Amino acid sequence: MAAASDFNPFQAPPKGDNTFARITDNVSRIMEAPKPPRAWYIAFGIALSMLTIFFGSLGWVVWNGIGSWGTTMPAAWAFPIVNFVFWIGIGHAGTLISAILFLLRQNWRTAINRFAEAMTIFAVMCAGVFPGVHIGRPWLPYYMMPIPNQMDMWPQFRSPLEWDIFAVSTYATVSILFWYMGMIPDFATFRDRSTSTAKRVAYGIVAMGWRGSSRQWHRYERAYLILAAIATPLVLSVHSVVSFDFATAQLPGWHTTIFPPYFVAGAIFGGFAMVVTLAVPARQFFGLKRIITIRHLELMNKVMIATGLMVGYSYGMEFFIAWYSGNQYEGFTFVNRAFGPYAWAYWTMISCNVIFPQLFWFKSIRTNPWTTLVIGMLINVGMWFERFVIICTSLTRDFLPASWGYFIPTKVDFMTLGGSFGLFFTLFLLFCRYLPMVAMSEVKAFSPAGGHARGHLHHGHDDAHAPDAAHAHH
Amino acid sequence: MSDDHKPQAEPTAAELHGILAEYDTPDQLIAAATKVRQAGFEKWDTYSPFPVHGIDAAMGIKMTILPWITLGAGLTGLATAITMQWWMNSYDYPWLVSGKPLWSIPANVPIMFELTVLFSAITTLVGMLMLNGLPHPSHPLDLVKRFARVTDDKFFLMIQAADAKFDERDTRSLIDATSPVAVENVLEDRVTPDAMPAGLVYGLIVVTCAAVVPLALAVKARHSKSESPRVHLIQDMDSQPKYKAQRENPIFADGRADREALPGTVPVGHLNDDDHFYRGRTGDAWARTFPAQVEISEETMARGKQRFGIYCTPCHGQGGLGDGMVHKRAEALNQGGWIPPTNVTQEYLRNMPVGELFNSITNGVRNMPAYGPQIPPEDRWAIIMYVRALQKSQAATINDVPESERGSLK
Repeated sequence: MAAASDFNPFQAPPKGDNTFARITDNVSRIMEAPKPPRAWYIAFGIALSMLTIFFGSLGWVVWNGIGSWGTTMPAAWAFPIVNFVFWIGIGHAGTLISAILFLLRQNWRTAINRFAEAMTIFAVMCAGVFPGVHIGRPWLPYYMMPIPNQMDMWPQFRSPLEWDIFAVSTYATVSILFWYMGMIPDFATFRDRSTSTAKRVAYGIVAMGWRGSSRQWHRYERAYLILAAIATPLVLSVHSVVSFDFATAQLPGWHTTIFPPYFVAGAIFGGFAMVVTLAVPARQFFGLKRIITIRHLELMNKVMIATGLMVGYSYGMEFFIAWYSGNQYEGFTFVNRAFGPYAWAYWTMISCNVIFPQLFWFKSIRTNPWTTLVIGMLINVGMWFERFVIICTSLTRDFLPASWGYFIPTKVDFMTLGGSFGLFFTLFLLFCRYLPMVAMSEVKAFSPAGGHARGHLHHGHDDAHAPDAAHAHH
Repeated sequence: MSDDHKPQAEPTAAELHGILAEYDTPDQLIAAATKVRQAGFEKWDTYSPFPVHGIDAAMGIKMTILPWITLGAGLTGLATAITMQWWMNSYDYPWLVSGKPLWSIPANVPIMFELTVLFSAITTLVGMLMLNGLPHPSHPLDLVKRFARVTDDKFFLMIQAADAKFDERDTRSLIDATSPVAVENVLEDRVTPDAMPAGLVYGLIVVTCAAVVPLALAVKARHSKSESPRVHLIQDMDSQPKYKAQRENPIFADGRADREALPGTVPVGHLNDDDHFYRGRTGDAWARTFPAQVEISEETMARGKQRFGIYCTPCHGQGGLGDGMVHKRAEALNQGGWIPPTNVTQEYLRNMPVGELFNSITNGVRNMPAYGPQIPPEDRWAIIMYVRALQKSQAATINDVPESERGSLK
């Protein structure tokens, strides 16, 4: 089973002869295989080296001070905050897929929600590192928490940065709870299939003794619905609060009311791009092509067209308002964005976020996994540049020409940015190998034999297809 | 499941826990559940790999109270956020920001929202687990081999022997009537020990105790006094690679961290090129007149009197006769070595040029220290003007008094 081509759980004979057993087999065999495919090892090796770079460069920054980044006046936020907003944005697709699409009864989400939730959590972890180190003394972030202390002082709750602490930590907590709760029944499946004691004990502890009782399923489903309902406003609020960090400042280019919806749309856009970036290789190398189908990719690409257009509209509207407001500083800021020293970044952003996604209007492009992957990666680049443009152009060209500057990143800046992908991919690859990558119980429930899709159709709610795990096989 | 590999106890020796039936499809399970419910059983349950649509109605499961618990938690979170923000920012430590009200709702809404969500979410998960009796480490069903497929592709129904209506034969025939794939008696678990392994228990106790130690040390440190400085793990900016005043600096040849002004340079505002005003000199001699900047007026005289009172009277006395409080005190102590202050009205001082008096105040004389650094030049001139008045008062004749006033002096 060492070679990648040998590893295709789907071609291995399924234990059962029905759809449910096949779903279980497909997903569980990834964990049960003695060795993952070679591609996994290669990817894991790369991710681990990047992770080493990440911790090395962060250690360097902590030891020598944040001056080892290019972060300095006037671009005091620079790379760390660009990376923070970028990663937080990535996280949004996970909660959107698990919560909002759940409430909207988009049943196709079951094939990708687990995966997207995992992505959310790892992205939020990457995001959290940056402000934590950017504060300069990373052993003191607890100052921002309302903890009684020797100074008899409390946090300033009317500051957007303080809101951010609460929003991001709440988001991380709720995402982890939601993710964990969704995995309990799947952990039980892993436990019951495990052949080694160590695995049985480990999965047994996290499954908490789940045995699929209907009385328990009743409360479980209700809890899942409640969490989805709670997470929906939460996901919309998190990036709104992040945007308040900018919008409540007086800086031209930041001080606008369009920021909350603009940021949320951008976050979903970038998040879906990251989901397809991960889903295409994952389905390829872990033999999940029958569960994460082309149809799923196509639907995600459609979401990207929609949110990409919203983002493009926001870019246009910012320009319009800058002119319409008659404010010379706003006007200058936007002309400067498009034609000033950061024009190269601005046009990279426009091409990646507004122009390339239009290729998804062609069915042949949006149904091809590899073009999807390439465009998804371009959007990731574009969304990073969006945050870079917002932060760097406004900070380095504000009211007083005397305080203008130009941000130049250092080697360490690039090492922490690149290294954060190492953290993300290391966690993600471990997740793929050891945790249920697809929500088996949900996929089973919405498979044709599971009866859920049928039930909802009866109520007229459901116009999406169930995952094609069963259809595709025949 | 914990004990797949252990041998099952002998059926005769073990108590019956319940009867388990296996089905292939959710529809069969629903049909069976409907029959069992209609037969009036209470202690029974169905088991499935995913939530079966319609099973709640078939089993007669009542709506859980979980949503109400979540609502309560959400309201608690909201109340906590309101109380916390009000108490911390406007009561316990009133935090004034740009003169805005100490307590206003809009700026506090984001945290109210976040805590409402946080409390609700945690409570929903914990509440779901608690209502479901999880974690539930071991169960008689774990000993049934076929039951392992409940998390894979099979559907089960079990009626417990503890049910009031349970009768081994009747219940069995009821279950058989639901056309299950297989039926099996489930025995009470006599294999899995009830107690946690002793090693685990002791391990938990040790870890718990150890976890309290740092906290206890912190509490002790907060409430006790210590001779030694507090433990300072992270030095923050205590030690900075910079040179402080009066320290040594090996970079310079003279080894001084403090640098002198460069030769031929004057700090801004310190040119002081008016010799008369700043140094009391005109040409090569002491000035005999007040500089032009000093106005000869009653106001200047009053200023001089006041400054003289502040700086000079402690030694020279109110009248300038050298009998100030310091002098009197030194005489009273009689410890020897005391040089009495000068009587400023003496003749040689009456004849001394004002420029020289100015120089004495500025740079000191004998054991009188320099007052230049303390008293600005215009005030030094004002003091000299007052000293001249005192001198005049001690050497005046009747001719100095205006004629109209002479009568009153006789």
